[in-house]
Amino acid sequence: MEKNTQTWALPRQSMPEQDPQVRRSNFKEVPLGYTEQAAVMEAKRCLQCKKPGCVQGCPVAVDIPGFIQKIADGNFDEAIKIIWRTNSLPAVCGRVCPQEIQCEGACILAKKAGAAVAIGNLERFAADRARAAQAQDLPAKEPATGKKVAVVGSGPSGLTVAGDLVLKGHDVTVFEAFHKAGGVLVYGIPEFRLPKDIVRSEVAMLERLGVTVACNQVVGRTVLLDELFEQGFEAVYVGVGAGLPTFLNIPGENLIGILSANEYLTRANLMKAYLFPEYETPIARGKNVVVLGAGNVAMDAARTALRLGAETVRIVYRRSRTEMPARGAEIHHAEQEGVEMFLLSNPVRFCGDAQGRLTGMDCIKMELGEPDASGRRRPVPMPDSDFHLACDLAIVAVGAGANPLLTGSTGGLKLNKWGYIVTEEESAKTTRRGVWAGGDIVTGAATVILAMGAGRIAANSIHKYLTLGW
Amino acid sequence: MYPIMHREEMSGGTVVLNEIHAPQIAARAKPGQFVILKANETGERIPLTMADTNPGSGTITVIYQVVGASTRLFKTLAVGQGYDDIIGPLGKPTRIEKAGTVLCVGGGTGVAVLHPITRAFKQAGNRVIGIIGARTRGLLILEDRMAAATDELHVCTDDGTYGHHGFVTDVLKTILARETVNQAVAIGPVPMMKFVCAITREAGVPTLVSLNPIMVDGTGMCGGCRVSVGGENRFACVDGPEFDGHKVDFDQLMQRLGAYRAEEAAIGAEHACKIGR
Ligand SMILES: Cc1cc2nc3c(=O)[nH]c(=O)nc-3n(C[C@H](O)[C@H](O)[C@H](O)COP(=O)(O)OP(=O)(O)OC[C@H]3O[C@@H](n4cnc5c(N)ncnc54)[C@H](O)[C@@H]3O)c2cc1C
Ligand code: SF4
Ligand code: FES
Repeated sequence: MEKNTQTWALPRQSMPEQDPQVRRSNFKEVPLGYTEQAAVMEAKRCLQCKKPGCVQGCPVAVDIPGFIQKIADGNFDEAIKIIWRTNSLPAVCGRVCPQEIQCEGACILAKKAGAAVAIGNLERFAADRARAAQAQDLPAKEPATGKKVAVVGSGPSGLTVAGDLVLKGHDVTVFEAFHKAGGVLVYGIPEFRLPKDIVRSEVAMLERLGVTVACNQVVGRTVLLDELFEQGFEAVYVGVGAGLPTFLNIPGENLIGILSANEYLTRANLMKAYLFPEYETPIARGKNVVVLGAGNVAMDAARTALRLGAETVRIVYRRSRTEMPARGAEIHHAEQEGVEMFLLSNPVRFCGDAQGRLTGMDCIKMELGEPDASGRRRPVPMPDSDFHLACDLAIVAVGAGANPLLTGSTGGLKLNKWGYIVTEEESAKTTRRGVWAGGDIVTGAATVILAMGAGRIAANSIHKYLTLGW
Repeated sequence: MYPIMHREEMSGGTVVLNEIHAPQIAARAKPGQFVILKANETGERIPLTMADTNPGSGTITVIYQVVGASTRLFKTLAVGQGYDDIIGPLGKPTRIEKAGTVLCVGGGTGVAVLHPITRAFKQAGNRVIGIIGARTRGLLILEDRMAAATDELHVCTDDGTYGHHGFVTDVLKTILARETVNQAVAIGPVPMMKFVCAITREAGVPTLVSLNPIMVDGTGMCGGCRVSVGGENRFACVDGPEFDGHKVDFDQLMQRLGAYRAEEAAIGAEHACKIGR
């Protein structure tokens, strides 16, 4: 195969985006996608390395140079097939993976020419094109085994397990607590970053393959995990995510106008409260909004608040810019849209009026001291640095914990001290026979691709179990 | 879809009963637990504590007051139609014990929730005294069923159109002065529960209340339902909905229930224009 000589020196193809001033008041997707021409140009920048850094940087080891070469050749149908071999949700991953610390962060071209190949954009291009062209011929399924598998939770982790096992011929049912499947992809990540049509079409694809998606099934309440075995399921995968909000535990936190990001985003995304009153779920529309935290969740909440008409939106974060955990693109997009950053600032109390409504927040300035257990420099309060921020809506996005609803109602699952499920790394097996777990309920809040990677490992192990034994 | 098998209107159409086919939930539900219902694609998720369940016929019964846009929508659903989504049973069941004499106090549609709990206390061998109240006679619900579930039932109306003229708290005081009560349960509007608890605290009678804060998921995921109990935050959907009434911060609960009042008023106005058209 001919090497893409010379072309690597071309500039990285940027993806057209909605103008920040326009998009800050709509919920449509921000980046608009590559044209075929731009995709081919970008693909030609790839060096087709013998020892590609990108593949090592990818948690599921997608054959990145392989699919990029197909795009460079204009063979888009083959490109997507290569991706599908290892990643069943490329339209999602192309949009939400932290490429800068994964594939693109390890791209050899970045060292050579300054800018990595836009791998995420290309992945998105290949997936979107396949969806638009309805090129999704159903992949071949192995003959039915007659074995029933239950998947609890329909987030990226559960969907991966379901997809892998249905192709292996097993009879898969996904049990989802909410009324819609997709996990964080539908209730957490907003439309302007991940259009819900994409998630819907991925779930529809699984259903066409024969997966049963049972919504409104709270395992631990509607049905117990133990009963799934009685109902004839031989293996159960637990991918229930990290659905427990963390609050700050500071005075005034129960004032009206203070919400967890989970609540705010679920109202906005799953319940489509941004379309209120056509959709009946209301949402607090703040004029002056503060968002506490600086991860993807915080950026999503801040940008949602802007789109719901806020005049000011401020991210308040106790560490500095370098420690902000959000994807680079999200921070960049948020700032472009007018989100302000109050870094090295920590809230100490919320203030309210006689009706119990939030009116402001007292904060203190921080400085970075010695590194803590996580290796990051610990923020310490600066004396006499108190300041007040007026606000009528505060969204708490400082992390998530392990929701005990399922684990508390299921025997035999060993949990760690934070309540996450303990599994064997190479198989995703829990301490209970016939039960596997993965995704955020094992790792704590992490990423879509890590949740999918765990799903893949579990699916392989479950298949082995169903054919060979535990 | 979860179809409505039977439907009744009470209190002059301001309160509606739906008996709904939901066999999985019916088989498992216990007194005190709730469900979350969503009528259609654009609907809101509304929590309602079950008023009855029938595992035999696979049905659950909810009784709700028509107060906002969502319950107005629920009211339009006829027998044969139904809800797109129902999850449950959620929350912890009432701890039913043999305590001795149990006093069950209910107001408004809270009586619907109180009834299965009352019945369960009676079946557990307690002597059960009931007090139920409403603003006026026409709004009183389930009197006959409460009579059947209690050893002694007192009925009050605020305007004196039926039974005792006055509040449930008046009767409560009389009973507490008359005899020893071992356990109380109070379910109704927040102010009622607050005043009942003030009295039973004084009398040293442990009192359960069932709370109805704003909820979204009902599984402990959003924290929107948090209530302050004994100075600590608890999630009503998973830690409740029942709590020790002597420890609940009712004033805060009342304020938080009004969080979306402006939006509800807006949708109410919208609804009024649609009808006007
Ligand atoms: C707002 C937000 C933005 C994010 N942005 C990014 C990003 O840009 N990039 C990235 O890589 N990651 C991002 N993440 C993280 C990523 O979404 C998660 O790591 C990932 O979704 C975890 O997948 P999962 O399958 O383990 O769980 P989830 O996606 O959480 O799915 C779990 C599912 O299980 C269901 N469930 C829970 N309990 C039960 C039960 N008892 N019975 C039945 N069903 C149950 C839940 O309703 C849910 O649908 C973001 C997260 C959030 C919240
Ligand atoms: S490391 Fe970069 S240049 Fe090398 S193969 Fe991967 S994407 Fe292409
Ligand atoms: S309703 Fe969301 S945590 Fe209780």
